[in-house]
Formats: sequence, structure tokens, C-alpha cells
Amino acid sequence: MITSSKAAKIIPNVVLVILTLLCVIPLLLLLMASITDEQTLTMNGYSFFPAKFSAASYQYIFKASQTVFRAYGVTFFVTIIGTACNVLMTVLLAYPLARPGLPARNVIAFLVFFTMLFNGGLVPTYIMYSQVFHIRDTIFALLIPTFLMSPFNVILMRNYFKTNIPDAIIEAAKLDGASELKTLIEVVLPMSTPIIGTVGLMAGLAYWNDWTNGLYYIVKRTDLYSIQNVLTNMLNNIQFLKSSAQQLQGVNLEMGAIPSVGVRMAIAVVAVIPVMVVYPFIQKSFVKGIVIGGVKG
Amino acid sequence: MAKQAPANALKTAPKKQGGFAKWLPLYVLMIPGLAYLVINNYLPMFGLTFAFKKINYNVGVFNSPWCGLDNFGFLFKTKDAFIIFRNTICYNLVFILLGNVLAIVIAIMLEQIRTKALKVYQTCILIPYLLSITVVSYLAFAFLSTDNGFINNSILAPLGVEPISWYSTPKYWPFILVFINLWKGFGYSSILYFATLIGVDGSYYEAAVIDGASTWQQIKYVTLPCLKTTIITLVIMAIGRMFYSDFGLFYQVPMNNGMLFDVTNTIDTYVYRGLLQLNDVGRSSAAGFLQSLLGFTLVMITNVITRKVDPDSALF
Repeated sequence: MITSSKAAKIIPNVVLVILTLLCVIPLLLLLMASITDEQTLTMNGYSFFPAKFSAASYQYIFKASQTVFRAYGVTFFVTIIGTACNVLMTVLLAYPLARPGLPARNVIAFLVFFTMLFNGGLVPTYIMYSQVFHIRDTIFALLIPTFLMSPFNVILMRNYFKTNIPDAIIEAAKLDGASELKTLIEVVLPMSTPIIGTVGLMAGLAYWNDWTNGLYYIVKRTDLYSIQNVLTNMLNNIQFLKSSAQQLQGVNLEMGAIPSVGVRMAIAVVAVIPVMVVYPFIQKSFVKGIVIGGVKG
Repeated sequence: MAKQAPANALKTAPKKQGGFAKWLPLYVLMIPGLAYLVINNYLPMFGLTFAFKKINYNVGVFNSPWCGLDNFGFLFKTKDAFIIFRNTICYNLVFILLGNVLAIVIAIMLEQIRTKALKVYQTCILIPYLLSITVVSYLAFAFLSTDNGFINNSILAPLGVEPISWYSTPKYWPFILVFINLWKGFGYSSILYFATLIGVDGSYYEAAVIDGASTWQQIKYVTLPCLKTTIITLVIMAIGRMFYSDFGLFYQVPMNNGMLFDVTNTIDTYVYRGLLQLNDVGRSSAAGFLQSLLGFTLVMITNVITRKVDPDSALF
């Protein structure tokens, strides 16, 4: 720890308090906007201390809006199933790669690593998924592309197994007649909860926050939109209506098609809530995950 | 990352016995993961050849005729080519420089705090990292919206300044995008550097203090050298991503606004618009091809140089 004078110790605290506020305050504005009375919003704009409160936006979401409920369900489904498959596939690939003596082990590990250095990019990926596998407008579009398994996490987990699970333990289990799968489930996995937690957290967050798969592959079936897709779609519609309103002056636009300002903010709040509710409980392992993941394995 | 592997292989090679059958169950376990890598990662690599085809969805991608370098010709005839490469590279340079400097400064500050407040700071500065770019674009909209935005209504209006039409004025966006990128990412990288710092042996600092080192000298001669490997690793990884941009940041946050393309169009947004909005697959695939190839080349070059200068910090 750096030794410094008393006065110099105040500076870090001051700076960090400011940064902390800077991180939290925008979310507060979002929350306030969602509980501000619609008229007040239109007159005074978004404010931290609205003149008049109203719960109308949330009432609208909970009573009237099928879209939000559906999208919420889709997002939960995709996050849970996707994360489960992700963790399973990562474990199943990482474990054999960590076993000494497996023929072609280093070749396969290299093939996993190589995908982090070189990739085909959006055009071939999109053409393949839409023209060859036909996953457009199906739930698989939200589950499969990009997020089902991360090569980075495979290497992370393999390194964890290699350094934390002694070969002797695995050999002992096999001498007792345990099969490979049984050894993995009963011996290796119980010793690996930190890394499994980390990989699960990263995958879960990625699925919950993803909006690109929906943007690329969900074209007609808007009932398959995730909550993030509903959000982007609304914001883009407003922008579109505004720019066409400027071009076609005097044309009466059906503004009923898009929810009011307050409702939009309320939906954004609803999209953030699960992350913010879970975060305090997993904060420790999340920080640990960043550290494991960031420092070279 | 794969560095220890050869040593291990040598150690265990003589034990090999029992033949292939012994290992078969382990290979079976790997099938789902490897199949996914083939589909999601390797097949698209071969798809890079689409950049040399005139794609026609009516006859199918595979039956589309080859067209040599035409797509690249089309791409470089437009002024977009220059703009997207300039934007992608310049934003990345600024992000890498400012992002790392900021993160190191904050990590050093975090390290000086030994009270319970440390946990609060750590928790809060990671919040932006957890938000989806969609929610970030809503936050930006709440501040920048011309009619209702916080900045126009609650900051500029009381000062008597005319409202600014943020979403149609390109000159502000380089600053807005850099700010948002730093805001979203600084917590993550600060924690990374912080993790390296708490591992530093306290006796280094004690020795420095006995020699009469000031706070600044302690940072310069103890802290920064200890961070060197982490800095190099993070910078190489970032340089390897030099031709890639955060699609959401450049597409969704400026709300895909045409008036801002000059300063918000990057390779990723260009490829997306060409492929899915403008039906201009040719230019799009040419830009994507260059992105993949140049990105790969850059990682290899950076890694070779690092291995020469400082072998411990090289990625592979």
C-alpha cells in the first residue's frame, strides 16, 4: 500500500465518491422519469425531483401491455436455458482438455483458442444461420448464435481444472471403478464451484443483455422479441416517426402506436431490475470472476 | 495461455497405454462443444469467401457467381470506406489510451482505501458494466433528448442557453461516445488493475518509504512497474480488437441517426446496415473480410513484437 500524508488520503475518497455518484445517478434519473406524471414530463422534461408523481406507467405495463410480459417471459426463458446449456457445454469441453495424456489434446485446445484470434464476422455468420440453418424467426435465433459457448470461458475453465484438480484424485476415482462421467460429476465438479459460478454469471449476463440476435434474426415474429429488443424497437420507432414528421409537416401521425415517454422509461427500469436485484448477492463472485478472467491463465 | 501445455504433454507421454478406447468417453464428452465451435466459428471462416462473390439470394449463396475483387472496388469507390476505418481505429486508440490511464489511476486510489467504503465503491463502479447497451441508450436519451432531456431542460435552460439538438449535431458525438465508453468500462478495468495491486508485496513500499520516497515516487517506482505485465496484456488484447467496435455503442446509442454517420459509422455498423438494411451485401462482405483479416494480422504482429520485447507478457 502506498504510504502518503493524511491530506493525500482524502483525495481518493473524494474522487471515488464522485465516480460512484456518476455511476448511480443516471439510473436514478431513469427511475424518476418512470414515476413522473406524463404531463409534468412533457412540460418540464426528465428531472430528479419531478413536480408530480404518477404510477400510471407501471399500471400500464402490468395491466395493458401484453408485449412487455411476453418479452419478459422470452428473456427469462432464453437466459435460463441458454446459461444452463452454456455451462454444460463449457464443462464438457474443458474437462477432457485438462486431462493429461489425452491424445491430440493440444491440437484441440489450439483449435478452441484460434477462434478467439480469427473469425468470419457478421456477414458469413448471418448468411449461414439464416440461409443454411433457417433459424430466423425461431427461438433458436436468440439461443444459439454467439452466446451458447465462449471459447474464452472454455480455456479459463480448462486452466482452472489443470491447476486446482490434482491428477491423483482423478486417478483414485478411476481406480475405484468410476466412469469418466461419474468422476467428472462426483469428484471434479464439487471442487470447481467458483469457476462454474463465474462462467454461469458471465453467460447469464450476456444472454439477459443481448439484443443483437433479436435484431439480426427476428424479422416477423415480434412475439419472440426479448425485453431488450422491445426497448430498442421503441426507441427506433420514435426516432423514425420524428424524422418523418419533420419531412412530412402537417401529417397527423398516429402517436398511439408508441407508448408514452414515461412508459418507455418504466420498461427500461423493468429490464434493469432483475440484474440489480441479483447483483448484490453475486457481487463477490462477480468481482472474483473478473479477476480470474482478466489475468492470464 | 497454452504455454504450460507442451511440458505437461512430455511429462505424461510415457504413461500412454490402453489405446484409443480408453479415451473414447472423454472424446464423446467434447462432441457438443466442438460441434458448436465448428458451426458458430469455423464454418463462417470459410464463408469469408463470400466477399469474392456477387451474392444473389434467389439462386442461393453457394450458386452465386464469383466476381473477383469487384466488391472491394465498390467499397473503396465510396467515401464510406475511409470514414469507417478512420472512425473504428481512432475511437479505439482513444478508448485504449484514456480507458487504461483512467483505470490505473482509479485502481491506485482504490488501493489506498482501507475502510468499509471500499466495498461500496467497488460495487457501484461496476454497475454501468452490467447494463445492456439498450438501457445505456435510454439513459443517454434521458439526458440528451431535445424536448425532454435533462441537459436541455434542467442545465441549459436555467443558464439561458438555447436547447441543443444533440441527436442531429455530429460535433458533440465523439465526446459523447468516448464518455459513454469510459463510463461503461472503467469499473471493469479498474477492478482488474486493482486485483494486481493488492497482490504487490507491502515491503516494496516500506523500503521505498525508508529511502524517502514521496507518494508520487512510490507510484512511479513501485506501483507502475508492478502493473506492467497487466497493462501490456490488456493493451495487446485491445490492439487485437482494433478493427472491431462495440456495435451497440455506435448503432443504438446515436439511434442509427443518418445525420451522425460521419462520426458514428464504424466497420461493424456499416457491415450491419449493408447486410440487413440497405441490401448491399457486396460492400458489406468486403468490409467484413478486411476487418477479419486485418484484425488477425494485427494480433499476430503485436504478439510477435511483445514476445521479443517482453516474453512474459506475450499472449501465446
